[in-house]
Amino acid sequence: MSFLSIDIQDKTYPNACVAIQQLKFTATQGEFIAIVGPSGAGKSTLLNVIAGLDTQFSGSVRFGGSELAKSDVTLGFLFQECRLMPWLTVRQNLQLVVKHTHATPHTKTIDEWLQCVGLQGCGELFPAQLSGGMQRRVALLRAFIVAPDVLLMDEPFQSLDAPTAAQLRSLLHELWQNSAPTVLFVTHNLREAISVASKILFLSARPSKVILEYPLTRLAPIDIESDEVSTEHKKILETYPNLLAGLHLD
Amino acid sequence: MWQAIKRWYAPLDGNGMRLLPVILVVILWQISGNFSDNKILPQPSAILNLLQKETFEGDLLFHLGMTLRRVAISFLAAMVLGTLIGIAMGIYDAVDKALDTFLVIGLNIPALVIIIICYIWFGLTEFAAILAVTINKVPMVAVSLREGARALDKRLFQVAQVYKLSKFDILTKIVLPQLLPYIFGAVRNGLAIIWKIVLVVELLGCSNGVGFQIGGFFHFFDIAGVLAYTFAFMLVVFAIEVLALRPVEKYLLRWRT
Repeated sequence: MSFLSIDIQDKTYPNACVAIQQLKFTATQGEFIAIVGPSGAGKSTLLNVIAGLDTQFSGSVRFGGSELAKSDVTLGFLFQECRLMPWLTVRQNLQLVVKHTHATPHTKTIDEWLQCVGLQGCGELFPAQLSGGMQRRVALLRAFIVAPDVLLMDEPFQSLDAPTAAQLRSLLHELWQNSAPTVLFVTHNLREAISVASKILFLSARPSKVILEYPLTRLAPIDIESDEVSTEHKKILETYPNLLAGLHLD
Repeated sequence: MWQAIKRWYAPLDGNGMRLLPVILVVILWQISGNFSDNKILPQPSAILNLLQKETFEGDLLFHLGMTLRRVAISFLAAMVLGTLIGIAMGIYDAVDKALDTFLVIGLNIPALVIIIICYIWFGLTEFAAILAVTINKVPMVAVSLREGARALDKRLFQVAQVYKLSKFDILTKIVLPQLLPYIFGAVRNGLAIIWKIVLVVELLGCSNGVGFQIGGFFHFFDIAGVLAYTFAFMLVVFAIEVLALRPVEKYLLRWRT
């Protein structure tokens, strides 16, 4: 059963730049989908449309089969930047979003959550006092603490060094397996997509649409540098040589 | 010589660096008084004596209180009005366009013109006095807050939308913290300007207050009196800055490490 179905006929910016056209896909509940496409392909725009941040488009975004009221769906969104409130402590940043979720399976307190992502004792610090990787953890935690039905991620680990990014990917997987939200993970890094996702959607260059859905069989996260990822990476590129250029496939 | 000054000055802490030049000036002033006409420039010791006398035997505290009351009321009124207008102008382009001309006029019209018009229209009343000061200050607050509202980070509002924050939380946890530096700027500027304007207003149309008293001293060429009141005034200004503004600002902006 498809939990999320996206059908965007047309998303054109006021400056006449057509970002998305005829983009369709569905996702089942708890699926981890990576969305890969060339830069400037409208990947961020797609997430903004799904999140309801951008309503100037024609088409539909449906949750749970029917067009559920947006207010009934709990979203988590990890932006390219952390977007924590710099004037609130880590704890206050988390409390801010927890208050407004009506789905409140708060079996865990904020301290337990912090412990769970390796940030014990950081609750009273301000974001500026944390390292980049730790700020990401807080942002990741903020996205999970609301118990989201759908988690949108926009190249969240892009600016991090490789070991930190790897740590966060495995943390993400751990959190995902515990609560199983539907994840849409945007990246332009195919290796990263292979290492985290259960399905990869390839987008064309602008105006973007889905040119290939590529299922992966594995569920556990794997190291981005591992042979498994390299093999898969090679296989995809050999089968579809023009894929990453974002060209339309025949 | 320069090296010697540096050797003395450099080891001081922040407060020492602030105080030392002031003390030096006062000492020089006191010494120079011995060689000049004390009617034109009374010595600091004479001013302090007068200040003490005016405080405990005269009406200095009463007049200072009246002035502070006017400052407080018009300051609050100007901050609230200016903040609301500034935010509206920063957020809504139509409001900005509609009010921009008036803002430019308000910023540039001489304070004296506003004061005289207010007194003519509303008589020599307390209301007219406070209104005149408020009108003078509102445009400056509005300009500062308009900048602040324009600089609001739209990306944080997206966070608020995704996580469905309440209007109240958006205002108190996202908007106000971003405006605080601009509000503090307006407060500082605001106080500085309002002191000055209130005294003129009092000189022209009030029967009490520091401005009224200084007007009286002016008639008798009593420079010591003028300076004694000025000094009392300065003490209040510094007390507000050191005891209120700085600690509050430091606390509220402590997240900027």
